[in-house]
Amino acid sequence: MFSPADLATLPFDDWVNAFVRGWLVPNFRPVFRAAQVPISMVLDWLDALFNWLPMLLTTALFGAAAWKTAGRGMAIFTLLGFAFIDMIGLWPETMTTLAMIITSVLFCAVIGIPAGILAARSDLFWRIVRPILDVMQTIPSFVYLVPIVMLFGVGMAPGIIATIVFALPPIVRLTNLGIRNVRGDLIEAADAFGSTGWQTLWDLQLPLAMRTIMAGLNQTLMLSLSMVVIAALIGAGGLGLIVNTGLGRMDVGQATAGGAAIVILAIVLDRITQGLAEQNGVSRAPLRQTLANFLRLRGSAAPVGAQKAG
Amino acid sequence: MQTSKLAISHVYKIFGSDDAAALGLLRQGRSKQDILAETGATVGVQDASFEVEEGEIFVVMGLSGSGKSTLVRTLNGLIPPTAGQILIDGEDVAQADPAALRRIRREKISMIFQHFALFPHWSVAENVAYSLKITGMPRDERRARALEVLEQVGLAPWADSLPSDLSGGMQQRVGLARGLAADPDILLMDEPFGALDPLIRREMQMELLNLQQKLKKTIVFITHDLNEALLLGSRIAIMKDGRIVQIGTAQEIVTAPADDYVAAFVADIDRGRVFTADHVSNKPVTIQLRQTSVRDALRMMEQGGSNALYVMDGERVAGVVTYQDLAACEMDKSTPPPTLQGALITDFPTADTTTSLSDLYGAAGSGLPIAVTDERERLLAVVEPSDVLNHLSGEPAAELAAIPATNGKEQAHVQSR
Repeated sequence: MFSPADLATLPFDDWVNAFVRGWLVPNFRPVFRAAQVPISMVLDWLDALFNWLPMLLTTALFGAAAWKTAGRGMAIFTLLGFAFIDMIGLWPETMTTLAMIITSVLFCAVIGIPAGILAARSDLFWRIVRPILDVMQTIPSFVYLVPIVMLFGVGMAPGIIATIVFALPPIVRLTNLGIRNVRGDLIEAADAFGSTGWQTLWDLQLPLAMRTIMAGLNQTLMLSLSMVVIAALIGAGGLGLIVNTGLGRMDVGQATAGGAAIVILAIVLDRITQGLAEQNGVSRAPLRQTLANFLRLRGSAAPVGAQKAG
Repeated sequence: MQTSKLAISHVYKIFGSDDAAALGLLRQGRSKQDILAETGATVGVQDASFEVEEGEIFVVMGLSGSGKSTLVRTLNGLIPPTAGQILIDGEDVAQADPAALRRIRREKISMIFQHFALFPHWSVAENVAYSLKITGMPRDERRARALEVLEQVGLAPWADSLPSDLSGGMQQRVGLARGLAADPDILLMDEPFGALDPLIRREMQMELLNLQQKLKKTIVFITHDLNEALLLGSRIAIMKDGRIVQIGTAQEIVTAPADDYVAAFVADIDRGRVFTADHVSNKPVTIQLRQTSVRDALRMMEQGGSNALYVMDGERVAGVVTYQDLAACEMDKSTPPPTLQGALITDFPTADTTTSLSDLYGAAGSGLPIAVTDERERLLAVVEPSDVLNHLSGEPAAELAAIPATNGKEQAHVQSR
């Protein structure tokens, strides 16, 4: 039977090897090493913070945030869940994982929201970015784990970079979608009154797209959590390491304990961010206020003032 | 440069990639359909030219798809014209760079939209203050100005409500207030009352006219409703297929439609609302109460072909005498020489120059000529009842059409000796 391979075979794997090993790694390794510095800094700082905060205080903060955004039931679940994690002896690992997730979500937001805004404002940019996002979402993460190790080495920061690659697409897509879905006549009105592009973006597009952007942030958060175990393969610690170790030793109990802690953390973070997005759903809270609320939720246990402040 | 606030000349807008070719074909006189078939370009506006004077409400009327919304968006550059000149105070919007365009929009020209386009996440006051916010005015100052404008449109108590809490009519008042906040010279109103129900629409039209009396803005008003156009417009441009087919006052358009299209449009409009006493009045032929004899008065009526005359007492209108009554006096030999006083009817119908024909209709029923007076009760003109009826039926006497529209304003007393 004839097949195209009879005519010629392509050494595709050799090409990729030549590209990554022969050109990218020798030439750009210092650049990539330098690029992970800010990630390491943020991560170390957050890791230190969460491990320094007393367990009870952290639990109280999350409980209050859950109460404010998702109701009393969720607050009780948070308290019980965090107590459970502490009692199975995984509190430090959970805090490390939390620091990793927040770091990756932070960087996803910093990269993804501006990219989404740009994509919404330029059809050309969107046409370029879209296939890249498709690839990022569909390519199995094990495929890029190897080049990431070659470029960045092993450790926490490379794990987070792998997580960012995996979790970035939804925030870009949903920011783009949210901004494009802002009613055309509102944009026209802003134009008619002589707004600059920035003014329209800040006054109208971002506030009105905030609900969709928050949904994107929630998606990104969930994807980050699901990368925790895989990132542990290249040296990221935390709960992923527990699961991997358990897996390596055929220790079902330890793997399950790590898994349970991940699930509890996932549920708490998901409900809190969803609650935030829904409070924004009225689409009346301006960006500043949303950020303020978000910070207040993390920063103090005091109940956050009603959304009607504005 | 010129006195017009806004002057556009030979404005074209063609949508499509090959607009230059389409423009060429269009200038050769090819039809919209031909051009679409040949180049794939859609003609939005073709060869539009008009001037809008300061303080005028200029109405652009046309059915949907006639290009009126496109035309109005070329005026503030929201849609850049393919060709042509758009001068606001002598500055060409079509040639303006983005910064200049923003300045023009902030200072000179604002817009009010059919579907209000209020920002849903901001309070009414913040919406109104938007045009001030983008110029960098401090918060307190712009709120004070917003409240001032909201007061004008009667919405001050709602300053801190959200737009979604307001009814359609109130939302459009907010839209109007937002348009007025920066105190622009020109307001573009794109079917502003089109989304409102008829009663509210009527109310808003009246309110706009009231506001306009105070504010004296230059307004370009888009509508598909001929009655609205006739009610509001100082002048009206009628558009069809992207082309302006006629520009004129309401009366000009109704009495002399430029083509069959316009004629079909105006065929069943209420003429009683379009025309006023001004259009059917005649120069008053009056007699003096103390000087004119009954015999002279009768002779004048016979010569003039009228059956009633207004009687002046000096500058004042004393009343009206009819041929019938005077003739009866003249016949009656029993009394001392008859005087006008005896036959004088003091309960005569009056109107002012802006009274519409539909309001004159009742007065015309009395059979007496109607006195058109000014605010100081001076007689400006006289309206014959038969003219009112003729005009309402759409057959103005030839002589009436020829009378210049200003005639009622002249203080023309023809007095007999």
